[in-house]
Amino acid sequence: MSERAAKISPAEEEQDDDQITDSAAPDAAVEEDATSDSETTTEPVTSGAESVVRALENAGVEYAFGVQGGAIMPVYDALYHSDIDHVMMAHEQGAAHAADAYGIVSGEPGVCLATSGPGATNLVTGIADADMDSDPMLALTGQVPTEFVGNDAFQETDTTGVTTPITKDNTFASSSDTVGNDVSEAFALAREGRPGPTLVDLPKDVTNGETDREPDAPAVPDTYEVQERADEETVAAAAERIENADRPVMLLGGGVIKGEASEACREFAIEHEIPVVTTMPGIGSFPEDHELSLEMAGMHGTGYANMAITHCDTLIGIGTRFDDRLTGGIETFAPDAEVIHVDIDPAEISKNIYADYPLVGDAETVVEQLAEAVDDSPEAKKWRAQCQQWKSDYSMAYDAPKDKPVQPEFVVEALDEATDDDTIVTTGVGQHQMWACQYWTYTEPRTWVSSHGLGAMGYGLPSAIGARLAADDDQDVVCIDGDGSFLMTMQGLSVAVREDLDITVAVLNNEYIGMVRQWQDAFFEGRHAASDYGWMPEFDKLAEAFGAQGYRIDDYDDVADTVADAIAYDGPSVIDVHIDPDANVYPMVPSGGDNGQFALTEDQL
Amino acid sequence: MKKGLEGPPPEERPTPAGRRNKQGIRIDPEVEATHDPRRTVISALVEHEPGVLSDVSGLFSRRQFNIESLTVGPTEDDDRARMTIVVEEPDPGIDQVKKQLRKLVPVIAVRELEPDAMRRELALIKVDADDPAQIAAVAEMYGGKTVDSSPETATVEVTGARQKIEAAVETFSQFGIREISRTGTTALARGTDPTGTAGATAQPADEANHDEPYTADDD
Ligand SMILES: Cc1ncc(C[n+]2csc(CCOP(=O)(O)OP(=O)(O)O)c2C)c(N)n1
Repeated sequence: MSERAAKISPAEEEQDDDQITDSAAPDAAVEEDATSDSETTTEPVTSGAESVVRALENAGVEYAFGVQGGAIMPVYDALYHSDIDHVMMAHEQGAAHAADAYGIVSGEPGVCLATSGPGATNLVTGIADADMDSDPMLALTGQVPTEFVGNDAFQETDTTGVTTPITKDNTFASSSDTVGNDVSEAFALAREGRPGPTLVDLPKDVTNGETDREPDAPAVPDTYEVQERADEETVAAAAERIENADRPVMLLGGGVIKGEASEACREFAIEHEIPVVTTMPGIGSFPEDHELSLEMAGMHGTGYANMAITHCDTLIGIGTRFDDRLTGGIETFAPDAEVIHVDIDPAEISKNIYADYPLVGDAETVVEQLAEAVDDSPEAKKWRAQCQQWKSDYSMAYDAPKDKPVQPEFVVEALDEATDDDTIVTTGVGQHQMWACQYWTYTEPRTWVSSHGLGAMGYGLPSAIGARLAADDDQDVVCIDGDGSFLMTMQGLSVAVREDLDITVAVLNNEYIGMVRQWQDAFFEGRHAASDYGWMPEFDKLAEAFGAQGYRIDDYDDVADTVADAIAYDGPSVIDVHIDPDANVYPMVPSGGDNGQFALTEDQL
Repeated sequence: MKKGLEGPPPEERPTPAGRRNKQGIRIDPEVEATHDPRRTVISALVEHEPGVLSDVSGLFSRRQFNIESLTVGPTEDDDRARMTIVVEEPDPGIDQVKKQLRKLVPVIAVRELEPDAMRRELALIKVDADDPAQIAAVAEMYGGKTVDSSPETATVEVTGARQKIEAAVETFSQFGIREISRTGTTALARGTDPTGTAGATAQPADEANHDEPYTADDD
């Protein structure tokens, strides 16, 4: 019997979750956990590994993604009797990406497990990704027994050393008595304040060792302090600046979504009629079909978003770290604007762009403070009209001549049309990711799941797995992938099939490392060094070999029906979409360039 | 040939007059545009636990902060260690050093010390012992003492501010220096002013909520 035997049906699952969540309420005493009638918490803890699992249960963890191995086996053994649903992945990178996506969609840290050495190093890409995007995630890694640590033992890697630069915090567990609390604390740290990945390295003797210590409920250590409310005086000054603005713009970053501030930002923007642009991680924070929305700014942002950001006089940046893909060259970024910067992390203030009005605090709280402080809306009618003018001047359009291969934008739009507004989109990294940003109309937070800061190819499919498990049952999950990105982690299809996950993968197949080919055309005189695959497996057949449903699109006539079939298929499906191999992503701001000088065609680069 | 998107080409678009400097500050006559590096002492109270030194030193190297010296040792509290870090950076960089240090979970308090803080360094200077009397005289001049002597060498211990050590090394060089080992600066604030105690970062964000662009130091 495998641990899958313990899997519970969706209906029971819901009930059970409630129980787990209840017992994990912050004020629930530990004794209550021990005496509650929930099956998972009646047996007293007897080992470090059980204490680890108890800590996860206390935290309300529903799913864990991982791969077995010698050093992590005691933890798996303890999971065997737990109601936590373990999803066995095909590769640890996938486990980390799945946990990351679970964290993005649910807001609660996603949990991934790996064994020592290669298991842990395979997690690294996913951990680094979560770190760059401030996604809540907890990684648990097996480690060789303490007495072997430092001796280059079989499958030993200095995991805390390797992951120090890419985790919010990590811990080497030193005793069976404290390991449960190490995990509780790491879980709490992953979601508190600015979220991020945490890691606990678990030597086998520590997890195997005896203990009767029940872990405490998740709590952050007292050296970790987060400021919720911004300084009132600065809020008042910022509010005055907003009232007097002639050309205001709100710039919403990923922190808006993480901080559950989308609603507050929407209300603020709409009440004061302030045009809104988002960063790539901020997609979904503001409805893109709203008149005030100028969509995404930055390297492949819309022309109108980049014009607005370049010409504004007041920039209200919320939950953004002013990444260079957004700002382009610092010298030309919003050069006339006074900057109001709301962020929960003080270290983001004036790191890249100087903040004239630094507002450190929780995004939702601070936006509410601002809403309270702003009495009069800025008089910006002319500015809004200007923004609308830019919207029509630089509208996002593409040619789709019937005699040419299918244009990728058309496929993205077809997928969007065939699905509901709350559909979750995940992507790999490359041109397809940019088309997915540009041609899908996002209206809800936590529906856009992508690798932003790290830009990790291979993110798409495993993140769709994590997103699927965090999503509501009636929500669709669509992965828009590139052929190259899909190849990197497509072994995850075996997981999707085994777990019977309803995911639609559309591989925009150009038989190129497309984004690289685009840059080679633009900046390397068209020399396609190692970017032309020339041959790709047939992804529809490959899907079938995995036990998934395969589809293929070769021309426009196939698009609508095939997309509808794939979405309707109840289970994992893959559409191999043969797109125009020469299609490129525009507008484009060359790296370090001036956002207002975006190119609309290759000739303008 | 693909047609591409519609809209006026870059050269036909209006561009704003303003500019920002490399530090992201708007170039405005009222705001100082560039900052020269300055040397300063940052004191960090940290949990006395394995890994914290590498957390801190790793932070400095991966963020490319220019570190002059870093010393670490126990404090009056067994669970706490103090790190004294001398950095040379422009003001925005010094601000970032402090903020990034505060983000590390085992870091309890971070403070930039005033120029008048007590700063001390210890140096062991091993010289050729051709003229022991003269060596003793120079050592005395710097308030140091000879801690080891052999027929060929004398090792002198000197403590003091960095400049004094530098001057001592310079003077001892006349005897022929064989080896030097220096500890780097350690420091404490003067008088009753606490250098950094638990709870001192209760408002870690205060400093970020600055009204003034950049002050010489924040303490
Ligand atoms: C792991 C990883 N390796 C390399 C890159 C560099 N890179 C960025 S985009 C890209 C091309 C992606 O090709 P594909 O997945 O086919 O997508 P397309 O651009 O063709 O849509 C590459 C190689 C990366 N982002 N991630």
